[in-house]
Amino acid sequence: MIPLTRKQIAWRAAQDIMDGAVVNLGIGMPVAVADYLPAGRDVVFQSENGVIGVGPAAAPDRIDTDLVDAGSRPITLRPGGVIIDSAWSFAMIRGGHIDITILGAFEVAANGDLANWDSRIPDKGPLVGGAMDLAVGARSTWVMMEHNTRSGAPRLLEHCALPLTAVRCVKRIFTDIAVVDVTPEGFVLREALESISTDELHARTGAPITIAADFRPLAVPVLD
Amino acid sequence: MAIDKRVANAAAAMEGVRDGATVFISGFGGAGFPNVLIRALREHGPRELTMVVNSATHRLSFTHELIAAGMVRKVISSAARGHEKTLSPFEVLWREGKIELECLPQGTFAERIRAGGAGIPAFYTPVGFGTALAEGKETRRINGRDCVLETAISGDLALIRGDVADRLGNLTFRYAQMNFGPAMATAASLSIAEVRVTQDDPMEATRIQLPGIYVDRVVAVGGRA
Repeated sequence: MIPLTRKQIAWRAAQDIMDGAVVNLGIGMPVAVADYLPAGRDVVFQSENGVIGVGPAAAPDRIDTDLVDAGSRPITLRPGGVIIDSAWSFAMIRGGHIDITILGAFEVAANGDLANWDSRIPDKGPLVGGAMDLAVGARSTWVMMEHNTRSGAPRLLEHCALPLTAVRCVKRIFTDIAVVDVTPEGFVLREALESISTDELHARTGAPITIAADFRPLAVPVLD
Repeated sequence: MAIDKRVANAAAAMEGVRDGATVFISGFGGAGFPNVLIRALREHGPRELTMVVNSATHRLSFTHELIAAGMVRKVISSAARGHEKTLSPFEVLWREGKIELECLPQGTFAERIRAGGAGIPAFYTPVGFGTALAEGKETRRINGRDCVLETAISGDLALIRGDVADRLGNLTFRYAQMNFGPAMATAASLSIAEVRVTQDDPMEATRIQLPGIYVDRVVAVGGRA
């Protein structure tokens, strides 16, 4: 069984973004989702520092330190893009004007609770940024993460052990072995790698998971 | 007398800033850090400051110099984790209990400042409910949604970064320089903007991104056009 790479997880998440959606991609792994939108899908990317219409990363000779995204990455602005101030940007986020946010995570609980901001690193200061605002405010909060920790512990749990980012907010999870929905009845397995058995998937998931009626294999292309 | 908010230099702009001030500092992700003004504040040397800044540890902001100089009593921010494995000046003092921290979700941080400049003493927000950052805060269920009561932040001094200012204090921003600047300028009794360039002629109305009535002093410091 070969799990998906992070790029492949990003590719899979990108396939579910609707044409015309307003999307906020979290710092780190989720930013790659923008690279894999299916052709013909026109999506507006918002960044929490007020950029609406984030374009591709800036080429090395076109870097402008005043034009950055929430992860401090030099970016470009799409035609028709606009920049607003932070108070307005978060009013936009809380006000339900972002269709989808895709965030990284440490843990997700079967009721949709999300833990993605505090991994309890000793002595380091806290960093929450806009994670709580996005998780609560976006119409749909999706997560991409590895299904298990490096030591093999499940990240999909009955209850989060780490400090929460927001309660009952996650709707869909893209992992390196599966696509899982969070429903009022708990986790529902929508897709899984063909090479992983149902038993193994249950063993690697820390809460009950039911198989969707329209379950199908998780298939992604080979990516560089 | 014609309004003219231009001052000769950053040092002159600090006139009247005192110990114990609540100081807003703009900037996010490398854009909009008023680093010339921050250095001038450090030279001016007020103590016991409460610093309202989105990140207490961003490597491109000089805010860490105020912290390292022992001028800051308390930080209100959404990000206080250094970039390196070794601890940042903030983290060293925070771990030793020598500096207080109030950590907020970034949108709550921004809205509390906006409220401070907008005459709203407090507001309810669903953000943070059920998390460690809402501990001790009043909560209330409104229209079926659990919310947290957050109070406004207003202060004594805002240091912000813009692109162009006219003599009336009207400002433009380059791209993502804007971030917290407008809200902070509204919430402080003294707002100082460092800009690339100042001009005598009043700007055309359609260019103005922050009205000069929110800006008390402007200093031209150069920078990328």
